[in-house]
Amino acid sequence: MLQVEAIDKSFGDFMAVDGANLTVDKGELVAVIGPNGAGKTTLFNLITGQLKPDRGKVIFMDEDITNLPPYQICKKGVARSFQIVNIFPRLSVFRNVQVAVISQQRKSNTLFHPAQGIAVEETSRILESLGLIGKARNTAGSLSHGDQRILEIAIALGNDPKLLVLDEPTAGMSPEETGATMNLIKQLAETRGLTILFCEHDMDVVFGIARNIMVMHQGRTIIQGKPEQVRENEEVLRAYLGVE
Amino acid sequence: MAIFIVLLVLPPIIPRFYTYILTLMFVMGLLAMSLNMVLGHGMIFQFHHGVFYGVGAYTVALMLTKTSLPVWLGFAAAPIAAAVVGLLIGWFCVRLTRLYFGMLQIALGSLLYVIVFRWYDFTGGDDGIYGIPMPSILSSSKNSYYFILIIVAISLMLIYLILKSPFGTTLEAIRDNPQRCEAVGVNVRRHQLGAIVIATFFAGIAGVLFVVLEKFVHPDLLFWVLSLEIFIMCLLGGWFTFTGPLLGAAIMMALRTFVGIYTEYWTLILGVILILLIFFLPEGVMGYFLAKFQPRAKEVTERGYE
Repeated sequence: MLQVEAIDKSFGDFMAVDGANLTVDKGELVAVIGPNGAGKTTLFNLITGQLKPDRGKVIFMDEDITNLPPYQICKKGVARSFQIVNIFPRLSVFRNVQVAVISQQRKSNTLFHPAQGIAVEETSRILESLGLIGKARNTAGSLSHGDQRILEIAIALGNDPKLLVLDEPTAGMSPEETGATMNLIKQLAETRGLTILFCEHDMDVVFGIARNIMVMHQGRTIIQGKPEQVRENEEVLRAYLGVE
Repeated sequence: MAIFIVLLVLPPIIPRFYTYILTLMFVMGLLAMSLNMVLGHGMIFQFHHGVFYGVGAYTVALMLTKTSLPVWLGFAAAPIAAAVVGLLIGWFCVRLTRLYFGMLQIALGSLLYVIVFRWYDFTGGDDGIYGIPMPSILSSSKNSYYFILIIVAISLMLIYLILKSPFGTTLEAIRDNPQRCEAVGVNVRRHQLGAIVIATFFAGIAGVLFVVLEKFVHPDLLFWVLSLEIFIMCLLGGWFTFTGPLLGAAIMMALRTFVGIYTEYWTLILGVILILLIFFLPEGVMGYFLAKFQPRAKEVTERGYE
């Protein structure tokens, strides 16, 4: 479904992503792991168009999406969440998700029809499935950090994506919240049949749920494969786990 | 609504001078509201909104003095002309963000101001155009009051509907977080440009109403000082509220009129008020009142959900 081929991105002299490769098949739950600064977030920004790569290709559903702007990539069916909370702080929780659903339904330019009556059902369903419906009327900026992270995912679901890209969905969460969020992601993958690509720096969290793992180090792909393969790879042990 | 009815019955009761001041408040109020559509609801730094007001006013003035086309055609053409200029200037400006957007707009707007100011043969230069003929039905101050009141009311209703529509909701989402908006599939630049065109259209309507009221135009309508004044009206009244700019316009006009009688340094008083405002009411007058009365209601709903 998604192929990233030998992609490069440098900031000045620093090679943030250096020939990374990644394959995501339909229905899979794929994790990208790597220590801080490995280039995970940059890689995700390259996939969803926030950054333009220096070299390399991003192919989604047999279509080259490498240099498309983010809004067009989203329309192709790739929705994402961000590592740093990236919501609409002044709008209500409901509106946050509704904006995405409205965009998905190609109604962003509708004038003279109250937004109150549009996309209500879809929005409510998403909020309900993520347990945010009770806070629908609160201002998004007033939610707790954990809830804002969940709202991140809810907004991305509003686009009814084929591929959901989650950039460190558990960043800044307590261990309990992390566990709950991982369960939620697993559940989304199973019940909705969503293809999910996420990244995470905590290895234990990843091995719990992903059956397909890509390891990044210093911008390069070390290996992509099953957890057992990854665990046995010497280079991974050296680079990531600090084993000499 | 109650205020609207009060305004309907006022003119026969109050002196003519106050009717005039009220009418001017409506015109400036609409202008400030049109600016706030993109400023408070879109966080687009439209620093030179006055230009589009001026374009609207000049279009109707030129059509009424230089052609024999029907008056109503002039009235209709002016907002469209303002929107076209809005599209042209906006097309360049949306490529930049925030302050840079504002700076470029001031530059392009000032260019237009200089053209109007210098082109004596066509625009009358710094003399402006006086004695613009109005249909007799609009010539009395009472009739023009009602005409302007009704047009302003309709315009505000339309602005309200637009802000509550999916278009307006998306605009507010762009205000809060343009990057995220792009990630949910919104073409941010095109959406902002659309909002600018709509806002400049309403600024053009305000320009027409100015001509109906004053029956003259002068280049100061396009001068950046006026743009700054309406910007301040939005901040003063509360730019994150719907009616705030209207209130801000009323306060500014009242200050100018009533303090201006006693001293020509009324801007000094305005300056002091602005300083106090920044320290004590950062969300504007209307923002302050809404915040004062709403938190209780919000607390109740939050508890209700638990």
